[in-house]
Amino acid sequence: MPIKLTINNVATTVDVPPDTPLLWVLRDVLQYTGTKFGCGMGLCGACTVMIDGRAVRSCITRVGSVTEDAITTIEGLSPDGQHPVQVAWEAIDVPQCGYCQSGQIMSAAALLAHTPHPTDEEIDSAMSGNICRCGTYPRIRQAIREAAEAGATAGKQ
Amino acid sequence: MPMNRRTFLKTSALVGGGFTLGLYKANVALAQDEPQPELQPQAFIHIAPDGKVTIMARASESGQGMRNMLPMLIAEELDVDWKDVIVQQAELNEKKYGIQFSGGSANTPMGWDPMRRVGAAGRMMLITAAAQTWGVPDAECTTQPGRVVHGASGKSAGYGELGAKAAALPAPALKSVKLKDPKDYRIIGHSQKGVDTQAIVTGKPLFGIDVTLPGMLYASIEKAPAYGGKVKTANLDEVKKLPGVRHALVIEGTVKQGPVIGWEPGMEPGVAIVADTWWQAQQARKQLKVDWDLGIAAAQSSEGFAAKAAELLKAPPAATLRQYGGPDDALKAGAKVVEATYEYPFIAHVTMEPQGATAHWKDGKLEMWSGSTLPIDGRGLVAKTLGIKESDITTHMVRSGGSFGRRLQNDVLVEAAWISKQIDAPVKLLWSREDDVLHDPFRPGGTMGMKGAVDAQGKLTAWHQHFITFGDGKETTSCGDIGRDSYPAGFVPAYGLYSTMQPLTLRTGAQRAPGDNAYCWVSQSFVDEMAHAAGRDPLEFQLELLSNKQAPWKASGEDQVKDHEPSGQDVLIPERFKGVLELVAEKSGWANRAKTPGRGMGIAAWFCHLGYFAEVADVSVDADGKVTVNHVWAAGDVGSQIVNPAAAESMGFGGVIEGMSHLGQEITWVGGKVQQSNFHNHPVIRMKQVPKIDVYWRKTDYSPTGLGEPTLPPILPAVTNAIFAATGKRIRTLPLQKSGFRWA
Repeated sequence: MPIKLTINNVATTVDVPPDTPLLWVLRDVLQYTGTKFGCGMGLCGACTVMIDGRAVRSCITRVGSVTEDAITTIEGLSPDGQHPVQVAWEAIDVPQCGYCQSGQIMSAAALLAHTPHPTDEEIDSAMSGNICRCGTYPRIRQAIREAAEAGATAGKQ
Repeated sequence: MPMNRRTFLKTSALVGGGFTLGLYKANVALAQDEPQPELQPQAFIHIAPDGKVTIMARASESGQGMRNMLPMLIAEELDVDWKDVIVQQAELNEKKYGIQFSGGSANTPMGWDPMRRVGAAGRMMLITAAAQTWGVPDAECTTQPGRVVHGASGKSAGYGELGAKAAALPAPALKSVKLKDPKDYRIIGHSQKGVDTQAIVTGKPLFGIDVTLPGMLYASIEKAPAYGGKVKTANLDEVKKLPGVRHALVIEGTVKQGPVIGWEPGMEPGVAIVADTWWQAQQARKQLKVDWDLGIAAAQSSEGFAAKAAELLKAPPAATLRQYGGPDDALKAGAKVVEATYEYPFIAHVTMEPQGATAHWKDGKLEMWSGSTLPIDGRGLVAKTLGIKESDITTHMVRSGGSFGRRLQNDVLVEAAWISKQIDAPVKLLWSREDDVLHDPFRPGGTMGMKGAVDAQGKLTAWHQHFITFGDGKETTSCGDIGRDSYPAGFVPAYGLYSTMQPLTLRTGAQRAPGDNAYCWVSQSFVDEMAHAAGRDPLEFQLELLSNKQAPWKASGEDQVKDHEPSGQDVLIPERFKGVLELVAEKSGWANRAKTPGRGMGIAAWFCHLGYFAEVADVSVDADGKVTVNHVWAAGDVGSQIVNPAAAESMGFGGVIEGMSHLGQEITWVGGKVQQSNFHNHPVIRMKQVPKIDVYWRKTDYSPTGLGEPTLPPILPAVTNAIFAATGKRIRTLPLQKSGFRWA
């Protein structure tokens, strides 16, 4: 049965069983490969996307459950790669292997969307669902602080 | 037998230089077996008319920054602005690019000289091209970034104008080229952002898992729950009827169960399911029913390993690996003697990107996309397993989502290639996380029986170490051997290192700082124990030990592979070991540390993979045994030059954080079956557990060496020594949970 989805503001239709995880629809059906597979159990956060602005693990989200929602992947976070979180990530050169980073960025963007000035504890709490096996965590903390600062500056203008 | 890299990887932990030393030897052996042509600048450097310079990155990238580091060396000596450089990943072609291997923290020492010379030779060719054009001697010309300049006439030409002419010139001998004075470096020593960072933060397809080919199918493999178990029967006909399933294939496999499994043992048996999407293949696996013959692996259990180790520890050792100074007599004469048994578990790699590869068999030729960090071995293994010629294989080196030693082994590549050839179609194989944990080439566990003595003055006088490891009595399991110079060999007056093996029907392998990631924990914990037994400060105790070199290194004695690097950097240099200890002590305020209940600092240092690191951890432990690491100071000495400083600092963070993960991980077996499966029961450190980390460098006059590995080992004993300082409880069994502690 065709399933209607709205991904990165584009309406699309896929023909997959409704219990298929959103992750595999994104990756293997629609070729949004920026969203990564890490665990398949919602444990590592590599598959994080935003659904109506909230960070969600797409590997445990049935595609049939998000037909009414706005789905944002890393490819749609900004039109030009200039979302403040992406800018900060690049400026600080956060990635090592890079595999977890799209999930980290989506979690960070969701955090800042709701909490523009997170405390260190709020950063730790919001980001602890995203594993980085290389240990880029100190750089991620720094990048989130910079993105928050950039957001604050932009807001004053 | 001609030596190759595989042989040396297997014996990699034998000496202090560890993994890297094998590589040097392998280079020598390769050069002897098959003469290597000199590297040509034209292979690495391509200059476009607009002056943009494409530099080939010869080594695979899995997060260590090799796509930056090696091209930076070329760009520096070529004398070009880094902003004008485009880095392109080379395909596998060692005749053209030299060694294409990422492991053993070896790319810096292996690439430092030849990559700079390739760049310098390219610069000379550009100068010659300009000088010929202008009719002036080469010697009157020089360069500014991206330009050749003739000072006397004021003429100048951009590299873009000269590139084509220069490329047609013969290259000068690499050994003849003059290298820059380091004070003139514009790129080396200046942080350059990762060449793929922008693509990563925008989600571009970069990784092995992202490779997509027209008409590509997806594969998943079910393997026996115990290592090397074979398929007796399987309901393939039913599975083939499931949605999307195109093929279901029994893999007979080539591995043989036995008391020791080799480094790259071949294909494991299983059932491959190939479908239109990977999710369909995974769903079909749930309906697969296989009757397995688990063979001898079914009898293995962690309890059995522990019981056998305890039994072997009571018996005399099977082998004396090194002994001098009469350790038994020295123990008897000691004023204080400490005996302790240390145990550390098997652990899995859990790279963020699970194992996978893509292969396309077409018209008798094979094309592969692989994140292998040792792709030449992968090609050889594929050729052998499939019965095809290496010359019929093209290997694309794709960025991988972490390796930590895992991707040195090419099992997954062979599987993908085999499936593609069977079904005559392009296929992407992907392991699930559960597959990745269950079928990992694990870091082998081990048990160490330790005895030490101090004299009445509190000096360490005897060290007696009995290593219960795994193997068939002759050959140890991969990365389960120990160096004959294992610290503090050569510094304590009486030393004995012994080993006994028990059989293991499992695949083990290299995990970041193989061997050292465990031996450092045991050795530096026991040094700390001996210092406390002597009533002395652990730092002061170790600095004295290092000042007391007893048994100078003899090339004929402890050097198992008979191949010292000419600079002697593979030998522990006490001044460097002491240097990082003193630096980290100064930065952490070690001398004035507070001593309060529930909070403590621990110190440890190690030498491996040609690098020296000392680390101090400041740790809090609550009444429930929950451990918080508040702050870590790390001091490293990897020689005269850090090539890419921000990336080097990142390696320091990564080593500390990964080492912390090791403290909480354990793989166990019951009835031959692994009991862990995913991140919930084989956890890695998360953001909320990450301490503040400060990384410092001690620059020395030695040639630059690598950073992937030496950053890691000291953090384990630094943390457990800190827990001792905080609580008085010595941790001799890992993971922490087995000693009554856990992460907060």
